[in-house]
Amino acid sequence: MEDQMNKVLLQEFSSKQLIQLDEIIAKYRKEPGGLILLLEDAQDIIGYLPMIVLKKIAYETDIPLSQIYGVVTFYSFFTMKLRGRHTIQICLGTACYVKGGKENAQVIEKEYQVKPGETTLDRRFTYETVRCLGVCGLAPVMVVDGEVYGRVQPSKVIEILEKYK
Amino acid sequence: MKKLQVKDIVKIKKDIINQELILRQSKKINVIVHMGTCGIASGAQRILDTLLKKIAESKISKEIMISRTGCIGFCGREPMVTIEMSGQEPVIYQELNQEKILEIFEQHILRGQPLSSYALARGRQQQVKERIKQKRELPSEAITEKLIPGIEEIPFYRNQELRVLRNRGLIDPEKIEDYIARDGYKGMAQALTAMNPDEIISEVMTSGLRGRGGAGFPTGLKWQFTAREKSETKYVICNADEGDPGAYMNRSILEGDPHSVIEGMVIAAKAIGAHQGYIYCRAEYPLAIKILNKAIDQAKEWGLIGVDILGTGFDFDLKIYRGAGAFVCGEETALMRSIEGKRGVPRPRPPFPAKAGLWEKPTVLNNTETLANIPQIILNGSTWFASVGTEKSKGTKIFALTGDVNNVGLVEVPIGTTLETIIFNIGGGIPEGKKFKAAQIGGPSGGCIPSQHLNAPIDYETIKELGAIMGSGGLIVINEDKSAVDIARFFMDFCQEESCGKCTPCREGTKRLSEILNNIWEGKGKEGDIELLEKLANILKDTALCGLGQTAPNPVLTTIRYFREEYEAQIGGKKRHKKFTLYH
Repeated sequence: MEDQMNKVLLQEFSSKQLIQLDEIIAKYRKEPGGLILLLEDAQDIIGYLPMIVLKKIAYETDIPLSQIYGVVTFYSFFTMKLRGRHTIQICLGTACYVKGGKENAQVIEKEYQVKPGETTLDRRFTYETVRCLGVCGLAPVMVVDGEVYGRVQPSKVIEILEKYK
Repeated sequence: MKKLQVKDIVKIKKDIINQELILRQSKKINVIVHMGTCGIASGAQRILDTLLKKIAESKISKEIMISRTGCIGFCGREPMVTIEMSGQEPVIYQELNQEKILEIFEQHILRGQPLSSYALARGRQQQVKERIKQKRELPSEAITEKLIPGIEEIPFYRNQELRVLRNRGLIDPEKIEDYIARDGYKGMAQALTAMNPDEIISEVMTSGLRGRGGAGFPTGLKWQFTAREKSETKYVICNADEGDPGAYMNRSILEGDPHSVIEGMVIAAKAIGAHQGYIYCRAEYPLAIKILNKAIDQAKEWGLIGVDILGTGFDFDLKIYRGAGAFVCGEETALMRSIEGKRGVPRPRPPFPAKAGLWEKPTVLNNTETLANIPQIILNGSTWFASVGTEKSKGTKIFALTGDVNNVGLVEVPIGTTLETIIFNIGGGIPEGKKFKAAQIGGPSGGCIPSQHLNAPIDYETIKELGAIMGSGGLIVINEDKSAVDIARFFMDFCQEESCGKCTPCREGTKRLSEILNNIWEGKGKEGDIELLEKLANILKDTALCGLGQTAPNPVLTTIRYFREEYEAQIGGKKRHKKFTLYH
């Protein structure tokens, strides 16, 4: 069972990633309540949390897979799908909604043919909508790979995104 | 660094202030770049880079000090820089860009001539009261430039009462010395050495401080319940899972003055007898988490948290817990489940967390803003704290003023200030000559307060009577163009998405309410829909398990209460308002 799992993991991920994953598991396995922290760090390294990674974590930590799956699907921060090279987040909190965040979302959905939570076919962008990033003074807000763009007009959305290849 | 003793705190403060004076005397110019998340997103980092480069190249680089602080509060005018020059009043510049900062560098920094056209004001926001008293002329500073208004002439700053935000724009959040120089950790030293837990609790109780996260439960009482529980292990948790869309005061506190929260937590721990604390911060706030981590490390290094704090024998350890994006985790029992590494679903109360909280141990959970109030209550006393506010709600509250309002920013005012003062005086009114329609207070749990109640004092009780809740303090101004039905629909969609699904009333109720509202909005409303909405909303209010479900109907109920004719018109097929979403 373990051998087979490791074989699949080695096909999918680099050995560097897997070593880091082992380190993370070792760091949190004994910590009470460490599961969410473990998953957050694991997603940072691998980019997403596919079933095989969840199985590996379950096997190593003795936490039931059902519980891990429950946690991963509960929190919006976790994703089980492969992600794009860049992540676009459109804020649809109240202030951004009032100021036109929805129009910006529509521009992206039309131009790149994606819906919230999806990744473009060329894996260039993963597109998400979020509820308030707390930068309401600059509404409407768009975030690309952690960089915040404020007062974004619909006509400027594509221009900003063209920088990200 | 050797561990500090109590007497060191006072000495360190003096030393730091002296060093600062010496430094300032050797440096003629202090350039302060205000770098909260808002400022950085508006380009503050590029401004800082340009300044660093220009200063390094200049002949007078040795005379210039450059420092960074958190947000200065006027989010709509970012990026902002303050220039302090010896013999001059500080000048605050607003809405900067590369060209403007280069010009300011040439004119003000090199030649000592402030540029009135780019300046917002002169003076420090912390000195507004003093300046009014002294008729704008502080003896230590010469008037810089008559064309630039004094900070006390700017309504946005004139009418604020900075208590929790007293260090904003002033201290470098990454330097613990700056905080100590502003009387930081003095309240904690007093609580640890000169007070027993009962005295701390009684001080907080008489201050009248109530929870700033929404419900307004008396903080002292919460502490007392937890202190009375007999248990070896207890916990203090800071709720920094600021999920209400439109509220960001907690982010600003954590980014600009993190030690005030840490200090508040140690005092709470001493009061209830806890030795472990957690700050639960949402993952959407990466800068706040980074700054907090640094602050915790520094506090540990200085012996202000950890083992044997200030040589008093009291131990307190503190960890940050990064949330993973679930609105319901702002609810206390859900938040504790989340720290335990589980799905963040609420559970019925009682037992209350005071009895069985995190890992079933007695736990105090307070909001970030509540905790940031604590050090000053201990230091200045409960009478000082209660000197502002209303009879039942003491102290100040921070509001995040956004939406259709001229002055977007963080506003700290005494509780009981009217909506009119906040929106029309501090906020500068509605842009483009539009009329005020409603103020949405308290996010998805709050409601819309219309123009006939602009004179209502904002306190916990009045807001509740009007159908909203104080909530965390998001205050979104909505102008006449926008539809009340769309606002209700927006929030119900939000609650429906964020409902954890554990209890049926919330899982099914928010779904049905959202369907009906969407139908009405799309012109498919039926007669009787309004009554059905009211009925369903009231059932949900009475039967949901946690605060999320119980308050989710507020936006619907308040908009029906104040704008019923809009629902009727929408159902009758007459759309009278443009969409809530309007691009400016």
